Amino acid sequence: MNIVVLVKQVPDSGAERTLSASDNTIERGSGNVINEMDEYAIEEALKIKEAHGGEVTVLTVGPAGATDSIRKALSMGPDKAVHVQDDALHGSCAVATSKVLAAALGTLDADLILCGAESTDGRVQVVPHMLAERLGVAALTGARKLTVDGTQLTIERQTDEGYEVLTASTPAIVSVWDTINEPRYPSFKGIMAAKKKPVQSLALGDLGVSADEVGFAGASSSVVEFAKRPPRAGGAKIVDEGTAGEQLVAYLATEKFV
Amino acid sequence: MAEVLVVVEASEATGVKKVTLEMLTIARGLGTPSAVVFGDVAAVSEKLAEYGAEKIYAASGEDVQNYLVAPKATVVAELVKSVSPAAVLLASTQEGKEIAGRLAIKLDNGLLTDAVAVEADGTATQVVFAGSTIVKSKVTRGLPIVTIRPNSVTPEVAPATPAVEELTVAVSDADKLTRVVERVAEKKGSRPELTEASIVVSGGRGVASAENFALVEELADLLGGAVGASRAAVDSGFYPHQFQVGQTGKTVSPQLYIALGISGAIQHRAGMQTSKTIVAVNKDAEAPIFELADYGVVGDLNKVVPQAADEIRKRK
Ligand SMILES: Cc1cc2nc3c(=O)[nH]c(=O)nc-3n(C[C@H](O)[C@H](O)[C@H](O)COP(=O)(O)OP(=O)(O)OC[C@H]3O[C@@H](n4cnc5c(N)ncnc54)[C@H](O)[C@@H]3O)c2cc1C
Ligand SMILES: Nc1ncnc2c1ncn2[C@@H]1O[C@H](COP(=O)(O)O)[C@@H](O)[C@H]1O
Repeated sequence: MNIVVLVKQVPDSGAERTLSASDNTIERGSGNVINEMDEYAIEEALKIKEAHGGEVTVLTVGPAGATDSIRKALSMGPDKAVHVQDDALHGSCAVATSKVLAAALGTLDADLILCGAESTDGRVQVVPHMLAERLGVAALTGARKLTVDGTQLTIERQTDEGYEVLTASTPAIVSVWDTINEPRYPSFKGIMAAKKKPVQSLALGDLGVSADEVGFAGASSSVVEFAKRPPRAGGAKIVDEGTAGEQLVAYLATEKFV
Repeated sequence: MAEVLVVVEASEATGVKKVTLEMLTIARGLGTPSAVVFGDVAAVSEKLAEYGAEKIYAASGEDVQNYLVAPKATVVAELVKSVSPAAVLLASTQEGKEIAGRLAIKLDNGLLTDAVAVEADGTATQVVFAGSTIVKSKVTRGLPIVTIRPNSVTPEVAPATPAVEELTVAVSDADKLTRVVERVAEKKGSRPELTEASIVVSGGRGVASAENFALVEELADLLGGAVGASRAAVDSGFYPHQFQVGQTGKTVSPQLYIALGISGAIQHRAGMQTSKTIVAVNKDAEAPIFELADYGVVGDLNKVVPQAADEIRKRK
């Protein structure tokens, strides 16, 4: 099975994140990591390859610095990577990003596209369905369990009410949550091997996408302004000396919660 | 005034979701609200009328029910083309975002997700980066397609007498690629939905076991609230994943959030920082959760919570 995994590099959610004062885009200077959910997508791809054979390709659309995350992804075990990078991409909206991803996927002939359910920076959760719409392939999104039986795919996904079971045939895109598996740590051997794995770099021109369809020029939405929210101030703090539970309820009562 | 399409979220168990009423309320600031209903319109029309839907478009049948979101996106896209609405509002839920994403591609239109407010000119307010930053954004191509985060505004009653228009659903084979073969409803008590609850009581690793989550549930039930959990509590198997609050879980914004045995990591804050009032019980006086708690108790939750529960019972 020919599997492509979508991997996005994002700012570390454990660190301070901010927008750039000059152009309102997300600061991607330092402290970048693989989008957490995408590690679960990589793991799932590797498990499918181990069970059914095939090849796993990592696909990233992102700036030059995203190479760090691509090498890290490859050190887990995928065979190769494609990195779409172009200065014109800076400032792209999700609609434009999905156009570029779709164009790159068009060159890769995947049976199965795996990706994270959501990126931690934008948290938009829309790219998988955008790609399905553009490529005309099935979308099985939000999987906590994926079963592959020949060309037949079945997922289970959590809902507020319980869960759903969805099926489709390949080619398809499947997005995953962190409940699906436990991603492996790269081994030393894996890290060394990743250095030699092929990473193909593509520019917009290679994909037949023009610069004015992406970036600020082609953006379908824009940030008008942003501001830091004032940090919350801590309020009263009591130490339990035997009556804290009662005091807590007295507080809730003054605030009209009981 | 132009119509504003509100894509209704409802469930069989609880009827029209609160976020739908919030969307109708926001929609009135943008134009004339029209509700788009998938499924049983009779079950929801009264509520939609009460909250100001001037018109109801209804689409039902196997084609919209048996496949994942794509047919719904097609229905909404066709409606956009025929009525030229001022905006389309959807809920910031898994399904709402999925429909929105497809709609944006079909119409080659911008979209904004997770808005907490929308101004008359379509400018949306979003809270990003673990609640640290407020962003105002605009769709610059096409009409505003905006998903609304639950608990953003207080729903306001505005009685209307909507006409119901049945839509004919004509979906393509491409919309039928993903089949929903089973919908399993898991047994649920009478607790409110986590993202819509006005009170949320969450437990963390400090709760120490699945059995001990009974304490969290008891306090939640006495307050009429929902139960949440930190990732550490979920990963330790204390509570199911769908109740996780935070960066990779649900975002909640209740009137009252009570954190029991939760340290207050940045990824947890990401899901609860915009709560109106925050209360924390933690035995570690240095726990970061106290930095944002309006009322903090330094103490053992195993003592504090049962005492608080007794006190609430006494007062009732
Ligand atoms: C990419 C990423 C995404 C993440 N997403 C999420 C997310 O969505 N949600 C989330 O919650 N976390 C998330 N995390 C994890 C987060 O960083 C923390 O590890 C997690 O929130 C810790 O949970 P906790 O506070 O329950 O546990 P801990 O940090 O272990 O805190 C337990 C607390 O309980 C207190 N305690 C112990 N016993 C008692 C007692 N008897 N009485 C009172 N207090 C007691 C301790 O003092 C301590 O402060 C994410 C992490 C990453 C890297
Ligand atoms: N620029 C990108 N490059 C590669 N994959 C991406 C990119 N943007 C989004 N994705 C994939 O789409 C998933 C969902 O992202 P999003 O819709 O942005 O929340 C992510 O987890 C990634 O797998």
